[in-house]
Amino acid sequence: MRFMMIVKANPESEAGAMPEDAMLDAMGRYNEELTKAGVLLDLAGLQPSSKGVRVQFKGDKRSVIDGPFTESKELIAGYWLIQVKSKEEAVAWALRVPNPHGEGAETNIELRPLFELDDLAPSEAVERMRERLHKFDASRQK
Amino acid sequence: MTDDQTHRAIEAVWRIEAPKLVAALARLVRDVGLAEELAQDALVAALERWPHAGVPENPGAWLMATAKHRAVDLLRRGTRFARKHEELGRELVLQLETAVNEDDDPVGDDLLRLILIACHPVLSTDARVALTLRLLGGLTTEEIARAFLVPAATIAQRIVRAKRTLSEARVPFELPEGDALDARIASVLEVIYLVFNEGYTATAGEDWMRTALCEDALRLGRVFAELVPREPEAHGLVALMEIQASRMRARIGPSGEPVLLLDQDRTRWDRLLIRRGLAALARADALGGAYGPYMLQAAIVACHARARLPEQTDWVRIAALYDALGQLTPSPVVELNRAVAVTMAFGPAAGLAILDTLVDEPALAAYHLLPSVRGDVLVRLGRHDEARAEFERAAAMTKNARERTLLRARAVACAERA
Repeated sequence: MRFMMIVKANPESEAGAMPEDAMLDAMGRYNEELTKAGVLLDLAGLQPSSKGVRVQFKGDKRSVIDGPFTESKELIAGYWLIQVKSKEEAVAWALRVPNPHGEGAETNIELRPLFELDDLAPSEAVERMRERLHKFDASRQK
Repeated sequence: MTDDQTHRAIEAVWRIEAPKLVAALARLVRDVGLAEELAQDALVAALERWPHAGVPENPGAWLMATAKHRAVDLLRRGTRFARKHEELGRELVLQLETAVNEDDDPVGDDLLRLILIACHPVLSTDARVALTLRLLGGLTTEEIARAFLVPAATIAQRIVRAKRTLSEARVPFELPEGDALDARIASVLEVIYLVFNEGYTATAGEDWMRTALCEDALRLGRVFAELVPREPEAHGLVALMEIQASRMRARIGPSGEPVLLLDQDRTRWDRLLIRRGLAALARADALGGAYGPYMLQAAIVACHARARLPEQTDWVRIAALYDALGQLTPSPVVELNRAVAVTMAFGPAAGLAILDTLVDEPALAAYHLLPSVRGDVLVRLGRHDEARAEFERAAAMTKNARERTLLRARAVACAERA
């Protein structure tokens, strides 16, 4: 099963503070451990929400809101995508993450199993969505 | 946390730590069986202690220290284990005592040694598979038994015998060099791919334990590729498995029937696995050198993976890749596949010429795909009467009822057009 390990933001990461060298080293070692264990599928770090944009849907109106956004604990700072045998194994890997915001800082890492298209009840809409995703992926590969 | 949850958490930690633990212990005590016993003892200790004391900060180090202490205890107390290892005697005690105080993380070489030993040529293929899944894949004896549809006692016995064989053969723990290392690497790749195929051919069934073998093999393959990062074929095998696994959901129709590659709904292919597979192939390619069998097979499946629609498939390249594969590992089945690719690339006449060389091939005498493919090619050539005979022959040969119905229908269609 696949899990996304989501690192939540904090005020420092939102302020654009770059991690210290020691943290980068520790994170590099951790990522290497995931790779060597054969569980890492994908990963990325995200820039602070001040560089981001939000598109809000309200009633029949759509508006564009520039970052930063205030509720930093709910924002995402990065993620890993891992393939594991069980939820417990995903938790065991999350417990080993070097605290991304620095040891001692309050950090939340959220683990969410991926929703595979096969988990959705079959319907024409799902089929159409598949077809479109497929075209998109194929064009991206070229 | 309930006890049950704690136990599951400990088992998860165990899965992650066991291979490294056994590998490092095997280096110290120079016996895989003994190393595994010590590791198991450490697990038992964890199951007793962690539920109330909590999972330690660094569970791997805790397990390692516990196992080392246990080894020293056993040696000092003059147990059966000590007598068995008398020849190592004091030297081993000293070494272990030093090791207990070392804060060493097991090195990659330990894991490499362990996987090479688990796939050692003194062992039968069945034993290599069982031992690799047990020691490197972290599977229990029961899980392996369920996956291979044999009684647990059979697997347990297979593992015990394998460990004894390794002990008796005094398989050295040093890494082999040069050609010897290449041969041992080839054996590991073979075992991993065998596990993968065991799961892959089982995807038609609903038994998830068997299909989980594909994931186990992929994980082992990724682990092994990182242990021998300069080995193109290791990355080639990862590429092959990632791309084959990407089609898993498309291979089976709604009523459980197998769906052929060209008929598959490509929107159901897993794009993440395809991207990873293509990346692994690029990594293998970047190492330079001639393509080995796994890289060639990966390059073939990559051609299919890159084609958004079946008609966009680069058949000319696939035909050339099968040609190269046939020269490296000559086999009638590869030749049959080449005939299909040549038909698609250069027309049915060219394909038929290859198929005709296979008609008397004893290895294909009972293989329904030969007459079935030949029938296909004959239809393309407008030779419907001959095609009908081939489809009938194929229908009589296949063991799959659904396939038989399909082949008979094709024979009837040919008869109508002849």
